[in-house]
Amino acid sequence: MIDTIVEMFSYPFMVRAFAVGSLVALCAALLGVSLVLKQYSMIGDGLSHVGFGALAVATAFQAAPLSVAIPVVVLAAVLILRIKGNGKIKGDAAIALISTTSLALGVMVISMTTGMNTDVYNYMFGSILAMSAEDVRLSVILAGIVLVLYLLFYNKIFAVTFDETFAQATGVKANLYNTLIAVLTAVTIVLGMRMMGALLISSLIIFPALTSMRVCRTFRSVIINSAVISVLCLVIGIAISYVWATPAGASVVIVNAAALAVYSIVGMIRCRK
Amino acid sequence: MALITCENVSIGYEGQTVVKELNFSIERGDYLCIVGENGSGKSTLVKSLLGLKGADRGKIIYGDGLKKNEIGYLPQKNEEQKGFPASVYEVVLSGRLNGRGWKPFYRKEDKEAAAEKMEMLGITDLARQCFRDLSGGQQQRALLARALCATKSLLLLDEPVTGLDPIVTGEFYDLIRKINQESNIAVVMVSHDIETAVENASHILHLQETVRFFGTAEDYRKSRIGKKFLGGEEHD
Repeated sequence: MIDTIVEMFSYPFMVRAFAVGSLVALCAALLGVSLVLKQYSMIGDGLSHVGFGALAVATAFQAAPLSVAIPVVVLAAVLILRIKGNGKIKGDAAIALISTTSLALGVMVISMTTGMNTDVYNYMFGSILAMSAEDVRLSVILAGIVLVLYLLFYNKIFAVTFDETFAQATGVKANLYNTLIAVLTAVTIVLGMRMMGALLISSLIIFPALTSMRVCRTFRSVIINSAVISVLCLVIGIAISYVWATPAGASVVIVNAAALAVYSIVGMIRCRK
Repeated sequence: MALITCENVSIGYEGQTVVKELNFSIERGDYLCIVGENGSGKSTLVKSLLGLKGADRGKIIYGDGLKKNEIGYLPQKNEEQKGFPASVYEVVLSGRLNGRGWKPFYRKEDKEAAAEKMEMLGITDLARQCFRDLSGGQQQRALLARALCATKSLLLLDEPVTGLDPIVTGEFYDLIRKINQESNIAVVMVSHDIETAVENASHILHLQETVRFFGTAEDYRKSRIGKKFLGGEEHD
């Protein structure tokens, strides 16, 4: 067992996967609590499809993937909130519109340039090999920014999540914080999607929050528990992926699903008492 | 100077006027009930008083040391909060955010104020409990404590007793009256329960697209519109 762990960390790509993965899992878990409670869970899913489109275009033009994808996805996040806010198109419909359009665009661009190949597969389902040393540096910086902003605005994010009207009435700029949450989510998703895959990254946002809510009863404990469980599931998932050569993203999702099952059972037993 | 003065205020949505030519004022220590039928513009007026919706015409003036973001607001029941994991203490403390501005964390004074308001409303022993596990009456007390944390001079309550049973409703009204009299905090309450409103309030504002009546509760009882409204809906 110890041999396996030592061997695992002797590969630079594994160290990169653990480092970036843990940071992304942490950010996603924190933001996920607000998104799930505000019933914005699908934003994560929608944005990852936008990310897929952006990555495809970036690859076609041989641009650096992250520096194209991040601004595009951030823009999409703001756009989705705007459409949701003005009420003409329902929020979930807005997300579906934007995400399918981006997906289609990405597929078109890929088919016209490189053709459907392993790149597409990797974007869809993720690859543990995706991270370059350059990506790691950028990811660490961005994830650091996400964490610091989240901590600084924690109390306001709580207020806006719990009761937007009251928060606004007491002078908290709810729209600003909604946008902040969406933008931070966009950044987190882009950072994580090449490892987790466009189809699976939203699980990092949704699972830890739902899992924690089975058992925890205060906002702060939900946040802390989500963060811990999310990083733990990611590390176990990546390790499984290494040992049994399973796809990284899928392994992490399966571990998250197992954690949800365990917490649900614990929650049910507690309720009985 | 009055806490809030409305001068010729008209409010609407996308060109449609909901209420117009409102003239009234709220003084320190008043207990004003806003009554009127569904769709008479009560909720719209509440939004404007809170500064969430601008007036199309006229002016809403805040005075006597009251700032727009220092109104203690108790919103209408919100279904989304049903499954929300938050402790009572977390909810109450969030009422102090308006005093924090851009500063990120609560200070000791904020925590003490939250504890004091919970004590005042008799929910100190619920502090660690989860908000979603409370009864309707306890939830309203927690939200009232949050509202008190946000203000020194004015509470704005939007249909606070909806869905509460009669005993709890009675207790809640007593609590509001006590706060109004002992802490000298003005109360503005939107209410469907017209009879209790007239019993408790010092002033009545009857809305029906515009101000149909504004004055003391006593005068309202004697007025034609008051008699008709109070006399029993069965005549209508």
